[in-house]
Amino acid sequence: MKILEGREKQIYRHGEDSYDISCEKQSLAGSVSQRACVFCGSRVVLYPIADAVHLVHGPIGCAAYTWDIRGALSSGPELHRLSFSTDLRETDVIYGGEKKLYNSLIELIEKYEPKAAFVYSTCIIGVIGDDVTSVCKKVTKETGVEVIPVHSEGFKGTKKDGYTAACNAMFRLMGTGDTSKISDYSINILGDFNIAGETWIIKDYYKRMGIEVVSCVTGDGRIDEIRRAHGAKLNVVQCSGSVTKLAQMMEEKWGIPYIRVSYFGIEDMSEALYDVARHFENEEILNKTKELVSSEIQSIYPQLMEMKEDLQGKKAAIYTGGAFKAFSLIKALKHIGMKTVMAGSQTGNKEDYKLLKEVCDEGTIIVDDSNPIELASFMIEKDIDLFIGGVKERPIAFKLGVGFCDHNHERKIALAGFIGMLNFAKEVYTSVMSPVWNFVPRREKQLRESEGL
Amino acid sequence: MLLRHTTKEITERKALSVNPAKTCQPIGAMLAALGLHNCLPHSHGSQGCCAYHRSTLSRHYREPIMAGTSSFTEGASVFGGQSNLLQAITNIFTIYNPDVIAVHSTCLSETIGDDLNQIVIKARKDNKIPEGKYIIFASTPSYVGSHVTGFSSMVKAMVNQISEKTDKPKQQINIIPGWVEPSDMAELKRITREMGIPTVMFPDTSGVLDTPQTGKYKMFPKGGTTIDDLKSTGDSIATIALGKVCSGDAAKELDRKHKVPCEIIDLPIGVKGTDRFIEALRSAAGVSVPDSINDERGRLVDMITDMQQYFYHKKFAIFGDPDQLVAMTEFLTDLNMIPSYIITGTANSRGKKFEDRIYEILGEDYPNTKVMVSDMYMLHQLIKNESVDLLIGNTYGKYIARDEDIPFLRFGFPILDRVGHQYFPSVGYKGAMRIMERILTLLMDRQDRDADEETFELVM
Repeated sequence: MKILEGREKQIYRHGEDSYDISCEKQSLAGSVSQRACVFCGSRVVLYPIADAVHLVHGPIGCAAYTWDIRGALSSGPELHRLSFSTDLRETDVIYGGEKKLYNSLIELIEKYEPKAAFVYSTCIIGVIGDDVTSVCKKVTKETGVEVIPVHSEGFKGTKKDGYTAACNAMFRLMGTGDTSKISDYSINILGDFNIAGETWIIKDYYKRMGIEVVSCVTGDGRIDEIRRAHGAKLNVVQCSGSVTKLAQMMEEKWGIPYIRVSYFGIEDMSEALYDVARHFENEEILNKTKELVSSEIQSIYPQLMEMKEDLQGKKAAIYTGGAFKAFSLIKALKHIGMKTVMAGSQTGNKEDYKLLKEVCDEGTIIVDDSNPIELASFMIEKDIDLFIGGVKERPIAFKLGVGFCDHNHERKIALAGFIGMLNFAKEVYTSVMSPVWNFVPRREKQLRESEGL
Repeated sequence: MLLRHTTKEITERKALSVNPAKTCQPIGAMLAALGLHNCLPHSHGSQGCCAYHRSTLSRHYREPIMAGTSSFTEGASVFGGQSNLLQAITNIFTIYNPDVIAVHSTCLSETIGDDLNQIVIKARKDNKIPEGKYIIFASTPSYVGSHVTGFSSMVKAMVNQISEKTDKPKQQINIIPGWVEPSDMAELKRITREMGIPTVMFPDTSGVLDTPQTGKYKMFPKGGTTIDDLKSTGDSIATIALGKVCSGDAAKELDRKHKVPCEIIDLPIGVKGTDRFIEALRSAAGVSVPDSINDERGRLVDMITDMQQYFYHKKFAIFGDPDQLVAMTEFLTDLNMIPSYIITGTANSRGKKFEDRIYEILGEDYPNTKVMVSDMYMLHQLIKNESVDLLIGNTYGKYIARDEDIPFLRFGFPILDRVGHQYFPSVGYKGAMRIMERILTLLMDRQDRDADEETFELVM
C-alpha cells in the first residue's frame, strides 16, 4: 500500500517501529480523511440538551446534515430533534445575516418557548462577520430566554475546538441555578450523551450507590439542571476529548474536582463506580457499590462466557473519534476472547496513543487520522473478523466481508454499563458469527480448505 | 409526538426555516461526480462539509463514498484556499490516482473569493495534472440553490469541460438521466439496449453506488461514465435530458457548444412520462419500438386496470425535488389520485419552471392543490388542516407520517431507513409497476388494519 507522503509518522506498528507517533496535525489537503469540523464537534456535544432550541446560523446544509442523526434520547422534550436554520441565501451573505438571525430567534422562541437557545455559527459567519454575540444579547434581553452563541465556524480548528466552544456555551449557564438542596454526595455526569439510553443506565447505578446526580449535562440534558450543576461535589467525566475542558473550568471557578472514567466494559465500568465511591470516602456507599458491581457482573457473566467460546481468537480493528474509548474497547474485547490488531482514532493526542500502545499487544497497528485506503489495507493485512467504527467505515468493512459494530453516535443499542457490555458482546457476536460471511470469498476459501475440498 | 409543536394555525414566518425539504449544493455536485468512472470528487472547503456529504451518501446508499477535501484552516480563510487545492491535487493524483478530480466549491471558499477556474489553470501551468488526467470543477456555494442545482452544475461542468466535437459524428444518443438512483440508470440503459440504440449516459452511478460484495474494497468501482465516452458526447446525434432542473442545463450546453440537438423531458416515471422517453428515443434514433417494450407498457396498463379502484380519489401529499415532484404527480393523477400538497425546498432561481410544469399537468381538474416552495413544518401544518391518504417523500417524512398516522411512501433523497432504492428502479414501465405495488401495499395494509371484523376482506 502506498501511504500518503507526510502520513508515515501517523502510523505505528507496535514492536516494529520506534515509538514516535505523530498526531494532532491538520489533515493533508486531498486526503480522504474521516474527520469532521469545528461545527460538528459543537453540534454533537450540545445536541442532547433537549429543552433548548438549536439554531444553525448559516446556509441550509449544516442544519440539514445534523438533523436528528444522533440517537441521544430524551425522557421529555424533543426540541433537539428538530432542525432550525436561518437558511442564509446569497443576499444575506452580501448584506449580512444579523437581521435574519434576529427574526429567526424571535420566531423560534415565540413558537417553541424553549428554556434556552443555542446559536451555532457556521463557516460563513466567520467570514461575513455577523456580530452573533450582540444579536444573542439583544434577543435575551427582549425575550428573557437565554440565547447563547456557539462559536463553531467549521474551519477554525478541528472537531476538538468545537468541543471547547460547546463547553464555553454550557459554562455560561452554570452558576445561575439554586444549589441549596444538593447533597454532599453528589455528582455531575459529563460527557455521556444518552445514546440509546446509556445515561439512564449509569444514572441508575449511581443512584443505587446513594449518590445524587445533579446534572447529566450532555445526556438527556436540561437547561435548569445545567444551571445548578456547579452545586455538585464531583464531576465524573467520560469521553475524554469532549468535555474535560468544562470540568477544568468548573474546577477552577468552583473548586469541583473531576475524575475521568469510561463506562464501557466490565473493568472500566466497575472502576467508574468505585472511583466515585472512593472519592466520597463513605463506607455505606462503598459497600453498596461492591454489592452493585458483583450482582451486575454475576447477571451478565454466564452469557458472556457462552459467547466467548465462539469468539475466542477472533481479531478486531478499532477506529474511533477520540482515542479514550479505544482503551475500554480493547479490554472489553479481551473479555470475550478477542484480540485487537489495529487501533486508531481521528483526534487522539500523544498521551492517548502512548496509553494505547501500553494496552496493545505486539504487532498491533496504531494509527492517527486514517483514511479508507489505509483502513482497508490494514483489515486485509490483519485478516480481521470485526471492525468497530462509525458510519463512514461500515460499508468498507462490509465490502471486505468483515463484521461491524457501530460504536459511534449512530448506535441503536446501549453499550455503556454492565448491561451495555452484554449488549456489546451480543452485537459483536451477531455480526462476527453471521452466516453471511460464509459467502464472502475470503471465508469461503478458508471454509473449503478446512473441509479439505 | 415528536412534532407536538406544530400548530394547525398557519402564520407567516419571515426568517426561520424549520425541518428543511432540501439541503445544500455541494452534496449534489459530489453525487454527480461519483457517476464518472475513476473519479474522485473533491470538496474545496472545510473538512466538515466533506464528512457530512460522505456520511449522508453512505447512509443513503450503504456504500463507501470517497471524496477528498481541501481541509481549510483559518489561514486558508485569510490567504485563500489556492495552496490547499494545489497541494490536494498533487496528493490525490500521486496516491489515489483517479482519472478525474471533480472539484466543487463551498460557501466558505466562494465567500473568500477563491476562483476555481483560475486555480485549475494554475495547476495545469504548474504541471500538477499528469498526462491523460483531468480536473473538472463547478461553483456550488451553499447559499445558492439547493442540492439539485449543485448536481445540475456538476453535470453541466462535465459537458463544458470534457465533451469534444471531432469531425467524426457518432451514431449514438446522449442520455442525461438526472438525479436518479443507480438502479434507475441501469434500467434506462436496459431500455435503450432493448431498443437497439447505442447511448452514452452521464453521469452514471450504476456500478459505483450499487456494487456487489466481492470481498474486496475498491476505491474506484468499475461503473461510471468514462472520460472517453464523455468526450464523445459532442459527436452524438442527439441528447435526451431527463428532468429539467437537474439535466436541462447540461443538455443545452451540449447544444450550444457542439450543436448536438437536445430534447429535455420530465423524468420517465409512470405511463406518460415513460411514453415520452420512448418516443424521444424512437424519433432521435429513427428506430421502431420493439414488441418487448410495448409488452412492458401493456403489463403496466393491465396492472392499473386491475387495481384502479384502490387508487380512486385517494389524496396524497408529496415533498422533495422539482424533477421528481413533476413526474410523480403526473403519474399519480393518471392513477386517479388527488394531489393535495406539493412542496419543494428548492426555490426557482431561474423562472417559475417548477410550478408552471406542475400546473400544466394539473390543468383545471385540481383547483385545490397547493404547490409551494417551503419546508416540512409548513407541510405538516397543511396536513393538520386537512389530512391525506398517502404521504410521499424522503425519510424525513416519517415524523409527520407517524404523528398524523398516514401511510408513507419513501421516495427521493435521502432515504436513510429503508433499502431497495439502490437496487429496484422507479423509472420506465417496470419502475412504474414497482411504484404502484408499493403504494397499493401501503393503502391496502391500511385498509386491512382499519377494517372492522365484518368488513375485513380476504380477497382484495
